[in-house]
This record gives sequence, structure tokens and C-alpha cells, in this order.
Amino acid sequence: MKVLYFAWVRERIGKAEETIEPPAAVRTVGELIAWLASRGEEYARAFERPQVIRAAIDQTHVRADTAIAGAREIALFPPMTGG
Amino acid sequence: MTVPVTIRLQRDDFDLATESARLTGTDTSIGAVVSFVGRCRGDEDGHAICALNLEHYPGMAEAEIARHVEEALTRWPLKGVTVIHRYGRIVPGDNIVLVLTASSHRQAAFAAAEFLMDYLKTRAPFWKSDERASGDRNWIDARDADDDAAARWDSAAH
Repeated sequence: MKVLYFAWVRERIGKAEETIEPPAAVRTVGELIAWLASRGEEYARAFERPQVIRAAIDQTHVRADTAIAGAREIALFPPMTGG
Repeated sequence: MTVPVTIRLQRDDFDLATESARLTGTDTSIGAVVSFVGRCRGDEDGHAICALNLEHYPGMAEAEIARHVEEALTRWPLKGVTVIHRYGRIVPGDNIVLVLTASSHRQAAFAAAEFLMDYLKTRAPFWKSDERASGDRNWIDARDADDDAAARWDSAAH
């Protein structure tokens, strides 16, 4: 699946998007964030406060307990500051 | 009749008078147009700034705004809605966002414009960073007050 990163999540990881294949045990958005955080120092720093990270699956907001099965595109980002 | 809806994300500035005229056209049943223009301030969190940079999630930003416009159309008897949000580098005094709501009477237009702005602040995928005179860049933190403003519409029986 494709993951997209925005704002300081993108800056800390050092890339805007990538294709990943998480293990089958990673079933929810929250578990995906925890798994990503274990992939290296830059990921650990981007996800050091997982409770503030917001997520969208296929361009719709979702909660941390949402299943990721079937997702084409998952975006992870900080709280939004538009308007 | 379908209500005319315009949603645009753009780097360039917009013109309020042009957009308002485009929204109302020749529809003489429109008795009220409310406009909100969000502008770039010259200070952020007590620091003078040179510019804001607005990042967005292309595709989702349009979709998310469209979802909230649809919601506004079900809540209020609107005759037209325009939302324009800029991205990229914006300097103090420049426009950032335009919301226009048209209705037969003012109450619906005022309420819908406020509803749309409250949701744009907290749900539309945009992120602001500032540029300071020192050269520092800083991501703007989300404000709890904005979440509270958006949350009050969740329970609002209309």
C-alpha cells in the first residue's frame, strides 16, 4: 500500500510517500503507526506522539482503530491548520 | 434545481467582487451573500513573520471541502457556495481563504459560512508553517479553540 506523509511528519521522515508492506499482524491505523515508528530513528521521531497523528484512508479521515485492509492510500499527518 | 458550488484550490490570489458576482449571477431570489476572507497576519504566536507556507493534500483537500459543502447544503436553504483556498507561500496582508454563501435570507448564509470555516480549520488537510525574520521556520500548532468551534456543530440540532 502507498503511504503519504505531510507537514512535520513528512519532514521528520524525510520523504513524502513510499510503498510499504506491513506484516499481517498490523491490522489498524494505530498498529501501522506503531510499526512504522519501529523502522528507524526518523520514523520514531515522526511518530513519537502517536496520539496527535491524524490519518486518512483513500482520502477520508479515519480513527486509529480503523482497519487498514483493502486500503490503497493511507495518509499520516499532524492536526490540520488550514483556513 | 442544483445549487451552484465552486471549490478551488489555487496558488494565485482571488478577487472577492469577481467571485461574488460569479456566485449570484442573475439569480434575484438571492437576498443575502455572506463572505469570509481569511488573511495572512504579520505575526504568529507573538513573533513577526515574513510569510506563511501552506501545504495541502491534493485530492483529499477538495474532497473534504466538498463533503462539508454538501453537509451545509443539507442543513441550510442555500442558493450557492464558493470556497477558494490558496496554497504555497503567502505574505502578510495577502488572502488565504474565501468562503461565500448565498441564500434568500441572511440567517442561513451567516450560519453556513461560519460552519464551513470552522470545519476548514480543523478537517481540511492543510498545514501552515511560518517564516520568521531570523530565517527560522516553524509549523503552526493546531488550536484547541478551533476544535471546540468545529465540535459545537456536531451536536447542534438544526
